[in-house]
Amino acid sequence: MTRDPQDDPQDPFDRLARALRDAAPPPDAGARDRAMARAMEKFDELHQGNAAEARPNQDRPRISAGFLTGVRNMLSHLTSKPTLAATTSVAALCLGLFIVLPGQNGPSRTRTVSTPPANTQAARPTTPAPTRPHEAAPTAGTPVAEIAAAGTVGTETAMTDIAVAATSETGTPALELAETESGRAELAGPLVEMVDMAAPAAPSPTQPASVPRANGIARIQMNAAPNAVSQSAESAPPALDAELARIMPTDTEAYANAAPNPVKVTAEMPVSTFSADVDTASYAVIRSSLMAGALPPKDAVRIEEMVNYFPYAYPAPAADEAPFRASVDVMATPWNKDTRLVRIGLQGRLPAITDRPPLNLVFLIDTSGSMQDPDKLPLLKQSLRLMLDQLRPEDQIAMVTYAGSAGEVLTPTPASDRARVLAALDQLDAGGATAGAEGLALAYRTAAGMASDGEVTRILLATDGDFNVGISDPKALTDYIAQKRDEGSYLSVLGFGRGNLDDATMQALAQNGNGQAAYIDTLQEARKVLVDQLSGALFPIADDVKIQVEWNPATVAEYRLIGYETRALTREDFSNDKVDAGEIGAGHTVTALYEITAPGSPALRNAPLRYAAPAVDAAIDADANAGTDGELGHLRLRYKAPGEDVSRLIETPILAGQQGDDADARFAAAIAGFGQLLAGDKYLGDWGWDQAIALASDSRGEDVFGYRSEAVGLMRLAKALAGE
Amino acid sequence: MLMDTPDELLAHDAAQGSRSAFSALLARHYDRLYGLCWRLTGDRAEAEDLTQDICASLPTRLQGWRAEARFTTWLYRVAVNAAHDRRRRRASHARAASGWGNWEINRQAELAEGAALQDWLTAAMAELPEDLRDTLALTLGEGLTQSETAAILNIPEGTVAWRMSEARKRLRALAQNEATP
Repeated sequence: MTRDPQDDPQDPFDRLARALRDAAPPPDAGARDRAMARAMEKFDELHQGNAAEARPNQDRPRISAGFLTGVRNMLSHLTSKPTLAATTSVAALCLGLFIVLPGQNGPSRTRTVSTPPANTQAARPTTPAPTRPHEAAPTAGTPVAEIAAAGTVGTETAMTDIAVAATSETGTPALELAETESGRAELAGPLVEMVDMAAPAAPSPTQPASVPRANGIARIQMNAAPNAVSQSAESAPPALDAELARIMPTDTEAYANAAPNPVKVTAEMPVSTFSADVDTASYAVIRSSLMAGALPPKDAVRIEEMVNYFPYAYPAPAADEAPFRASVDVMATPWNKDTRLVRIGLQGRLPAITDRPPLNLVFLIDTSGSMQDPDKLPLLKQSLRLMLDQLRPEDQIAMVTYAGSAGEVLTPTPASDRARVLAALDQLDAGGATAGAEGLALAYRTAAGMASDGEVTRILLATDGDFNVGISDPKALTDYIAQKRDEGSYLSVLGFGRGNLDDATMQALAQNGNGQAAYIDTLQEARKVLVDQLSGALFPIADDVKIQVEWNPATVAEYRLIGYETRALTREDFSNDKVDAGEIGAGHTVTALYEITAPGSPALRNAPLRYAAPAVDAAIDADANAGTDGELGHLRLRYKAPGEDVSRLIETPILAGQQGDDADARFAAAIAGFGQLLAGDKYLGDWGWDQAIALASDSRGEDVFGYRSEAVGLMRLAKALAGE
Repeated sequence: MLMDTPDELLAHDAAQGSRSAFSALLARHYDRLYGLCWRLTGDRAEAEDLTQDICASLPTRLQGWRAEARFTTWLYRVAVNAAHDRRRRRASHARAASGWGNWEINRQAELAEGAALQDWLTAAMAELPEDLRDTLALTLGEGLTQSETAAILNIPEGTVAWRMSEARKRLRALAQNEATP
């Protein structure tokens, strides 16, 4: 009616319509250029940070994902048959090469290109492109290889190594697969699960339906990889469609990790900087995987979190010292007689429990439908009951749930009113969708209402990882949490259940909230996290703890930080108080291990440069006899007292004479070795499961809580699952 | 390559940090955006300023781009909201500062553009309240359907229809007043 061509020239409405349509002045070119230039400026301002190296301690890299996420990403990116066929073929070829890598990376290897934790493109979200299973279905009879291959696209560590391998090893794809017994650890858990799920449903003549788990991987890949290379997708059957549709939603775990730290040459890069980390979630995830009968995904392995899971008896700081004390020891490396391990241990002061300030705890509880599994909400309820006994009458508790709509199910209540707290706890019920951001805002409001001077306010977010951030993006969410942290409310994250665990988001939230991310798989773990460590987890004694080591090129030619990949800081971040880092709670211990190699040692991995200035050689000559007496390096620590803005510095030299070979140190080394075996690291040589188990077993020490014995049991389990 | 890429894909890439995508998106939509801003404000300089503000805010706003609507719908919504914000900020400058009021004053300077039609347009638009003006700018000016307009203004379709008939009534009344002074 309004745009009737037959409109009446006299009707005022139609006149207006014509005027509005036709009378608009043409845009002025100058104004247009100015506006566009201004917009581009803004665009560059906004995105310049992205171009630079992301700072991993703030936000764990979000690229990583499970194998299946890789499949899903790929399927949603690629919808045309030929493209898919081509890409998967290439990927499958790469897979073949990738599996060979452990052999290549044996003791005789010279140098491996370190992989930057990159390729966010692979995992980025797309505009909702529905996966079209029929078009996307891979080649006939090759389901597993396709999945596995696609998975490598989604995992961030693989690509560069693959590229390197592909250039040097072209033409040897499939045959070498027969030798992949040792490569299985590289491929980790999800693949095992997928083999189990996919193989029976998509049998092919060469591929018996009931493939034994241990041998299944290598066999199916042997069948599949050549096919994928040679076949086209012309005959895509729907066989896998249902299968894919079925498997994909079952595992949506995403892990935060980066490529293992490479060996660094002291002369080139003498300074190593990282943030303290007291998280232990990785160990619990690994335990839960192993207990379920599968090796954990490689990306779930964060060695520093495994090592830090265990309590170590470091000397505590004296009353008038800094809130934590650093101990440095040098010991023999279990897996390499020509290198040394340097252990840096930080022990936080444990204030007398009676002196602790009153606590304000807000439990932010995910009650979405997925939480109803017995190892989620019911376990959470039990855990909170355990914790309640440890609180004191002046402590206050509130509970906020989020699921569809956010609600305060328990207004701030003194911990002494047990009946009321328990009643609220019992009424928690799972159901509905997750809307985390709204609940989070409510929890912060509640926390702000409870806070008063001299009290510690903390939000404990309990979720199975399906933390739907709702309207805003994760960056905005972490910024929000960081801002609330600066206002005094801390956030810790408790992860429950498997299958949906968004480890990366958990880490990012807890790190920005100055909190701990813990994964709770058993009631025993709940006791460890919430009860035994109540004080540590809940009372920060030092914020933004940064660790920097400057190695002495005269005594240390190469070094390697074991773990802490996701906690790396740049050198200048160390003294920049604006850069966030990990917190240490009361009584926490933090352990970091470096493997160092002396100049001239047969264990050196980098040959001298031909063109570099020989300055360092001169330094070594001048200092040739200093040997083990000299300083290996210099340790600097920065921290802020809670609530302060200016950091303080602690410095101490690392001396070769600080020999420490106590049970704690050996056990930490054994766990570091365990982590490297699980992650498929390449620095262990012949040292394997048996040696790791023996070392851990011999260095259990007193082991009051039984944590270390449990670790030995897990190592045995892992050995069996690894097929050795 | 960018010429055929849908707006939505460009917007997504721009949100991910692609400079070329963002630049292409701007170039593609500046004129249209400026046209809408002119229809919303009725003043050339005001429209240029408003368009520039919107362009400059796009990088940030695109971060929230969720591909829930067509890009143009989203862009119109951004523009209408920006125009509202601008009016609100200028509310203290009194009605006289509103573009359609200024038009009469500036008219002499803008000779080339069909003076009679614009006089009438100015008078007509100045007579209408803001919400009706915005609605007309989108429906009559941009040629959008009532449901598209409703989506952009975030109001029910029925309200758009009501506003259209209300505008029609007021304009008729205006015409009668002119006829019988």
